[in-house]
Amino acid sequence: MDPSHLTAVALSVVNSIALLIIVSVGLAVIFGMMGLINLAHGEFLMLGAYMTVTFYRLGVGFWIAAILGALSVGLFGVLIERCLIRFLYGRLAAMMLATWGLSLIMIQVVTIIFGTSTHSIPTPLGSFKLGQYSFSQFSIVVDIAALAMLGLVYVVFTKTRYGVMARAATLDPTMAGAIGIDVRRLNMLTFGFGAILSGFGGALLAALAGVVPTFGQQYVGAAFMVVITGGAAVLTGTASASVLLGGVQGIVSNATTAFFGSISLLLVAIVLLRFMPTGISGKWGRRF
Amino acid sequence: MPTTTWRRRPAQAGVAALTLMLGATVSGCSGGAFSNASSGSGNTSGPIKIGMLLDQTGELNLAGKPMQKSAEMAVADVNAHGGVAGRKLQLVSYDPQSDNSKYAQYANQLAEQDKVDVVMGGITSASREAIRPVTDRTKTLYLYNEPYEGGVCDKNTFLNGATLDQTIAPLMPFGIKKYGKRVYVVAADYNFGHNAAKWVQRLTKQAGGTVVNTEFVPLNVSDFNSIINHIQAAKPDVVASMLVGTNHVAFYRAYAAAGLNQSTPILSETFGLSGEQVVLDPKEAHNIFVAASYYAGVNRPENVAFKKLWHQTNGAGYQEPTAQDVDVWNGIHMYAQGVTKAGSTDRTKVTQALESGIHYNGPGGPVSVDPKTHHTVYDVHIAKTNTTHTFDIVKTTPQVQPAWEQQVCDLQAKPNVNKQFSLS
Repeated sequence: MDPSHLTAVALSVVNSIALLIIVSVGLAVIFGMMGLINLAHGEFLMLGAYMTVTFYRLGVGFWIAAILGALSVGLFGVLIERCLIRFLYGRLAAMMLATWGLSLIMIQVVTIIFGTSTHSIPTPLGSFKLGQYSFSQFSIVVDIAALAMLGLVYVVFTKTRYGVMARAATLDPTMAGAIGIDVRRLNMLTFGFGAILSGFGGALLAALAGVVPTFGQQYVGAAFMVVITGGAAVLTGTASASVLLGGVQGIVSNATTAFFGSISLLLVAIVLLRFMPTGISGKWGRRF
Repeated sequence: MPTTTWRRRPAQAGVAALTLMLGATVSGCSGGAFSNASSGSGNTSGPIKIGMLLDQTGELNLAGKPMQKSAEMAVADVNAHGGVAGRKLQLVSYDPQSDNSKYAQYANQLAEQDKVDVVMGGITSASREAIRPVTDRTKTLYLYNEPYEGGVCDKNTFLNGATLDQTIAPLMPFGIKKYGKRVYVVAADYNFGHNAAKWVQRLTKQAGGTVVNTEFVPLNVSDFNSIINHIQAAKPDVVASMLVGTNHVAFYRAYAAAGLNQSTPILSETFGLSGEQVVLDPKEAHNIFVAASYYAGVNRPENVAFKKLWHQTNGAGYQEPTAQDVDVWNGIHMYAQGVTKAGSTDRTKVTQALESGIHYNGPGGPVSVDPKTHHTVYDVHIAKTNTTHTFDIVKTTPQVQPAWEQQVCDLQAKPNVNKQFSLS
C-alpha cells in the first residue's frame, strides 16, 4: 500500500468518525446530562438542515446560514422543553412516546411547508490532491467542526458558570435546588444547548446529503448507538464511542464494502454493550 | 370486588361499541375513490372505465402525482377528440399511499367492485407484482406504464415502460467508445440494483469493456467515503451508477467534491428519477450521462404540443414531464387505439388488437407494442447533464427493441407462460 492510499483510507476513517460525532453530540448532551431519551433527535437534525437551507437561500452564505440554522433549532428546543418535555422528567416510557409523537408531527409539518422534494446546499469549497487521490476540502472542515463541537461542549460545561451549575443539577438535583440553583431553568437551557448542537450537525449534513423530511431517520439509529455505547458521560463517552464505532466502520468499509462496514459497526456495538452495559464511560467510571 | 366488575361492564360495552363505530366509519372513508366512480357499469355502453393506481401520498408521491396529472390530461385529450368508438374514457383512481398492501386491496376493488375495463398503474416493481396476480385472477387487462427492470411475460399484462435492457444497451457502448473500457459499477443494494448491475456487466462485456469492480450500496447508506476511495484506487475510465433514492444523492455530491467528475464521467440509468439534477448544483452534476425513452428536451412536434398542454393544464412553473409521465400518456392513447380497433372492451379482443401492431406518435418518439412480448419499442435518448438543472440530448437510438425479452418470452406461441424472467 503506497502512502497516498494509506492517507486516503486514514482520511476517510477520520471522516466517518467525525460524521458520527456531529450527529450524536447533541443527543449526548440531552441524554448524558438529563437522562432524556429524545426520539425526535433525527428530526432536530432535519430541522437544522432545513433551516440552514432556508437561510442559505436568503443569500447569507453557508457558515452564517449554518449558525443561524443551529440557533433556530435551539430556540425550537427551548420551546419544546417548556411545552412538552418538562412535564415528563423521570417518566421514561412517557418521554419516549411523547418525543416519538413529536418526531412524527415534525416530519409532517416540514412536509407541508417544504414539500417532499429534495433540497440541499452545494458542498462548499473544492478538492485537493494527494498523490493520485483527490479529496473534498469540506470533509476536512467537517473533521475540524466535529472537534470544535466537542471542544465547545467541554468549554461550556467546565469553564462557564452555567455549565458547572448544569453538572451539579445533573449529579444531585435536590441538593442543587437547595443551594439556590434554578434546576428547571437549567434543564431548559441544557435542552436548548443540545438542540443547538443537533441543529449544527444537521446544517453540516445539508451540504453533504439530500435533505428530505425523513432525512433524520437514517442518522438517528447511529446517534443512539454512539450515545448508548459511549455511556452517560457526555464528552468522553461520545468521543470514545465515535472513535471506536466510526473507526471500525471506516476501516472495514475501505477494506471490503460499505455493506460490511455497516454490519461491523452494529456488531461492535452489540459486543460492547454485552460486556459494558453502562457504556464505555460507565466502565471507566468517568462522569464527564 | 363485585361492585367494580358490575360497573366495569357497561363501560367495556361502551368502549367496544365506540371502537366498532369508529372502525366502520374509518374503513368507509378510506375506501372511497377520488374521482366519480359509477357503480355497476355496462360493458357495451356508458363510459369506458380505466382504473388508475398511482401513489398520491407517501414517499412515492414525487413520482405518482405528476403521473396522475398526465393520466387526467390523456383522458381529457382522448375525450376531446371524440372518445373511443363514441364512448368517453373515465378514470377511477385510488391512492395506494406508497403501501403495497393497499395496491392489492385497491386492485381487487377496481376489478371486482368498480368493474373497470382496464387497470393501469403501479410505480415500483413491488407494486406491479402486487397488482398482477389480482388482475390475472380477475381477468382484467393490466397496463404498467413505468420504466422497469424487464422480464415480465404475462398474456394479460402490457409493459409500457422502457426496460433496463433497452436503456442501458445504447448507453454502455456510447460511454465505452467515448471514454474507455474500464468500468466501475456502483448499484443500490436491492433487487432492482442487482438486476441493473447484471445488465451493466453483460452489456459492458458485449461492448468490449471490462468491469473492474462492482460495489453494492445499501439504501440507507449516505457515507460514501470508502466508495470514493475504492473508485480512485481502481482508476476506471467511467463509473456506471445504478444508485437510487435521496440517500444516494450524497454519492454524486461526494464524487464532485473529490473533483472526480472532471476526469471520470458517470453513466447512469437511474440518475434523474429522484430529481437529482434539480437538487445538485450544476457543477456537481457535471459530466453525467443518462438514458431514457423521453427527456423534456426531445425535439419533436409531438413533444412541443405535449409540453404546451402540460404547462397549460398544470401551470407554467410546474416541473417538466419525465419518461414515466409520458409512458402514462402513451399507455392511455395506445389503449384507446386498441379498443377502437377491437370494437369492444372485451379483454381478449383488446389484447389481440394491441398485439396486431398499434403505433402511436408519442412525445418521446414513435412507440409501438411488440406482439410477442407485450413490451414497447422506443426511441432511446442518451442525454447529458447541463448547467440549467436539465438534460441535453446527445444521441438518439431509434426504435430499440426489447431484445432480451424477445429471446425468453413469446406470448403468441406460448400464451400460458406467466412469470418474470431475470438474468441469472
